[in-house]
Amino acid sequence: MDLVMAPPEMQVVYEHPRSLADVPTRYCPGCTHGIAHRLLAEAIDELGLQERAVLVAPVGCSVFAYEYFNVDACQAAHGRAPAMATGLKRMLPENIVITYQGDGDLVSIGAAEIMHVAARGERITTIFINNAIYGMTGGQMAPTTLPGQKTTSSPLGRDTRRTGAPIRMSEVLAQFDGAAYIVRRSLHDVANIRKAKKAILTALKVQMAGLGFSMVELLSSCPTNWGIAPEKALDWIEQNMIPQFPPGDYKVHDAVKTL
Amino acid sequence: MQKEFLFSGFGGQGVMFAGQLLAYAAMDEGLEVTWIPSYGPEMRGGTAHCFVVISNKPIGSPVTRHPQAVVVFNNPSFTKYEGEVAPGGLLAVNSSLINQESRRTDISVLPVPATQLADSLGDLRMANVVMLGAVLEVLPALPPAAIRRALEAHLPERRRHLLEANYKALEKGAEFARSMVKSA
Amino acid sequence: MTKELLKGNIAIAEAAVRAGLEAYFGYPITPQTELLEYLSQRMTELDRVFLQAESEVAAINMVYGAACTGARVMTSSSSPGVSLMQEGMSYIAGSELPCVIVDVMRGGPGLGNILPSQADYFQVTRSAGHGDFHPIVLAPASVQEAIDFVGLAFDLADKYRHMVLLAADGQIGQMMEPAELPPMRPLQKNVPDWALTGAKAREKRVITSLYLKGEEEEAFNLKIQKKLKQIKKNEQRSVEYATEDAELLVIGFGTAGRIAYSAVEAAREKGLRVGLLRPQTLWPFPERRISELADQASGCLVVEMNAGQMVEDVRLAIGGQIPVTFYGRTGGIVPMPDEILAAIEESYSRLQIAV
Repeated sequence: MDLVMAPPEMQVVYEHPRSLADVPTRYCPGCTHGIAHRLLAEAIDELGLQERAVLVAPVGCSVFAYEYFNVDACQAAHGRAPAMATGLKRMLPENIVITYQGDGDLVSIGAAEIMHVAARGERITTIFINNAIYGMTGGQMAPTTLPGQKTTSSPLGRDTRRTGAPIRMSEVLAQFDGAAYIVRRSLHDVANIRKAKKAILTALKVQMAGLGFSMVELLSSCPTNWGIAPEKALDWIEQNMIPQFPPGDYKVHDAVKTL
Repeated sequence: MQKEFLFSGFGGQGVMFAGQLLAYAAMDEGLEVTWIPSYGPEMRGGTAHCFVVISNKPIGSPVTRHPQAVVVFNNPSFTKYEGEVAPGGLLAVNSSLINQESRRTDISVLPVPATQLADSLGDLRMANVVMLGAVLEVLPALPPAAIRRALEAHLPERRRHLLEANYKALEKGAEFARSMVKSA
Repeated sequence: MTKELLKGNIAIAEAAVRAGLEAYFGYPITPQTELLEYLSQRMTELDRVFLQAESEVAAINMVYGAACTGARVMTSSSSPGVSLMQEGMSYIAGSELPCVIVDVMRGGPGLGNILPSQADYFQVTRSAGHGDFHPIVLAPASVQEAIDFVGLAFDLADKYRHMVLLAADGQIGQMMEPAELPPMRPLQKNVPDWALTGAKAREKRVITSLYLKGEEEEAFNLKIQKKLKQIKKNEQRSVEYATEDAELLVIGFGTAGRIAYSAVEAAREKGLRVGLLRPQTLWPFPERRISELADQASGCLVVEMNAGQMVEDVRLAIGGQIPVTFYGRTGGIVPMPDEILAAIEESYSRLQIAV
């Protein structure tokens, strides 16, 4: 970044977030993990949390998240990031503990752990990437897979009579008294990305204020495993995921508006 | 010198406490002691037993198949443990609640109407301490005042008001045992 | 006299508090629940971290998280709960984090029962999670030893950045004995240079057990193996009774070892030249000392409260030099001294015939 000196009359409108490591990621072309990473890093920077943040990476495509962020980080067992984050936060109450989890990790194998951090009002923040499929293992059916959606483990399309219907985790977690801020946003276009950024900022502020558990669910694309071109994948979010997983504020603590 | 005791009865009869009291007294006398409870999934009403071993040297096994003293508080315990008393050992029976008689000729049997004696003192719950008083009279594993001292030293604050009643129960049991030995 | 009549579970809990325990995470399971109950009050009154987790799976991962901060952390459970913790234990080993795990073993397999057992020997020494590692495993035989081993466990965990298991059994957990607690140690002040604390005025730190490249994973494995070798060299512990002139060497750990002591005493009274070795560390196994004793003894009898697990380590240590026989009870049955004495007499008579 040092090589590019901005002339004095020009204003910097875009720079690399300090909290985002300057390394290539392993994400597929067109995957919205990159956008989510950037939004989270910007939010950490803007709130001055880089020196306080501790990130818990999950098992899934974002398993290497600890390499991509310039903050202290660790790597959890599949689904257990909320439990690990609990241990961290209880020992480091002044730090900002963030889990970054996908839908297989959070909704399937880690369903118990995420519900209990919400129930306990654990002062952690979860970034939940919902792309309706298992990415890292190569496109199997997730608990969030849409009815009729073809995956490598539902080759004829998800049959809800046999495999159940998608779980809407934001709606579920909003039921817990300990949840202070539970919202769903989408990453399929610029307007929604801006809203997502704002939600991540709020979620971190909720943790800073000690209001309880905060989570931002982000509807994301998986062009590779969906078998759709990146641009079309964004349309697919809008057309197919949004009706099933409506963006919205599912739980907002009264004190959030004062933040 | 090693002495082994088994206390057995219904949960709630104070079986565990009788054993613990003996264990505290032994510790305070500078002896080695182990106390092991039976522990089951049922919280109330099941049969419960505890094992106490007292010795003047380090204790190996805290359990033994044939204890020298078996103290039973109810019929199921009698049925289960009568045969386990070591030859030459003591079977102490709460005769208020147990209607069986031992046919063994190689052990001493001490029937104590402990529940009635406790009732005469005004507190049925003291049957366990009455039994302990009687047993130690016949099997003097510890100096007579040791249990008294242990009660004084270890009875928790919320039970403190029962101190006198416990002393009386101990003495009642001992007195009964003395009368039995005399008449035998 | 500072001895108190203490129940094993409570003694372990208080010993941990006094060893500087900063955080405890656990889940109720008989026969160790009193440990959790005691700490729920004790840790709270000391303003330290106590949390009842939603499962053993969560508990061990909370331990994993808290251990990342360099704190003294502990969980406790019993056999089926420890099975559930194995994944987390493997991650902890793969991240080289210190922590203490108490296993108050009960009868199995399956739900089994809540009676004392030693059937977790393989689980704790061998398969404490996937991958190539062994935790350090300490096996107390009395309430006092349980107390002493808790302090030792934390010190070893910190010294080697390694997981230490305290493998007691239901009997140790439930038994009351006079024992002496150590004085309260101050909480450690130094934060280790690998701990996650927030990257303030320093480079970020990462704790992970993921090494995608074979060469890197192998390098990490070699590092762990080097450490384990060091532990094996330094930390083998056992105690002996009457082994000087023993023809028959009896080996048992924990409660079985303690009961065997009574049987060996009785055998000595009968004039049999029998001695006892009681391993205090199950990993590293006290193979050096056992191998030495095999040079002088003519036979060995292993006694366990399982179907024969540690006996495999004894056979490895002895290497076929002398015959090894086994006596065990399963299902949560605690062997009585007379049974072990009978097994001793039988093994001994076979030796006499051989001689």
